Amino acid sequence: MKTWVKILAICLLLYVHIGGLLFDVPRLNILNETIRALYFHVPMWFGMVLLFAISVYYAVRHLANPYGNFDIKSVECANVGLVFGILGMITGMLWANYTWGSPWHGDPKQNGAAIALLVYLAYFILRGSIQNEEQKARLSAVYNIFAFAAMIPLIFIIPRLTSSMHPGSGGNPGFNMYDLDSNMRLVFYPAVAGWFLIGVWIVLLRVKMRELEEKILDIEHE
Amino acid sequence: MNKFIKTLFAICILGPAYGQNHVEMADNLRAEGKIYVVVTIILIVLAGLIFYLFLLDKKVKKLEKLVSDKKKQTN
Repeated sequence: MKTWVKILAICLLLYVHIGGLLFDVPRLNILNETIRALYFHVPMWFGMVLLFAISVYYAVRHLANPYGNFDIKSVECANVGLVFGILGMITGMLWANYTWGSPWHGDPKQNGAAIALLVYLAYFILRGSIQNEEQKARLSAVYNIFAFAAMIPLIFIIPRLTSSMHPGSGGNPGFNMYDLDSNMRLVFYPAVAGWFLIGVWIVLLRVKMRELEEKILDIEHE
Repeated sequence: MNKFIKTLFAICILGPAYGQNHVEMADNLRAEGKIYVVVTIILIVLAGLIFYLFLLDKKVKKLEKLVSDKKKQTN
């Protein structure tokens, strides 16, 4: 990753934290100031979905060409994506506690997100349970495609078909709720970009580490 | 000193009793337009990522150990 991209990511997040806490936001009942959590909770999920998308891309690349190191990239994207997802889940539960009344509401969006996270946890369990490296990579790449295909409807489609309290679900897609104030987008989109870039940065570090590990082990075998 | 003990007593024993007039609950996160919910959310994200960094750090240390072991073997 180029240094300027890292600096850009850091600057974006500095701007997001300052702007997110100080800029004007719509005054809404019940939500009160917690509307600002939009800048910190939602980018976690956007980051997760984007990283999972890259992960499934590399899984397909691996199936097409098992001799590249696409498997490592695929796993590390899923790994960092899962961390983002877990953070999104915890922050969402806290937010729900003070706006919906309890941390776990059985809301379709919440349940769907939890199932999606479990599906991806199973991905790592699958990887951990196979000894043969080639088999592990191939099977987990196939599973990765199914996991991604399951996550999209779980998070984006099913909550919209039923009634959900989560904004962007239950018949009110996107950010209609916040459309009154498009100023929020000025902070929200940089937040998504900033966190996503940080996620990619961590992925690249982890990929580098895995490649180094393989190199060292290769020397051992020589 | 006596005054200090009296004040302490007042805070410990009488404090909650006074509070009962307006049903004081552990509502601090709901005060000030719930801004502390946002603060907590930011802290959760920060803590989570820092924890993740420590895991990464552990992995790098393992790698370093692997390299130094390797060097000892070749020497």
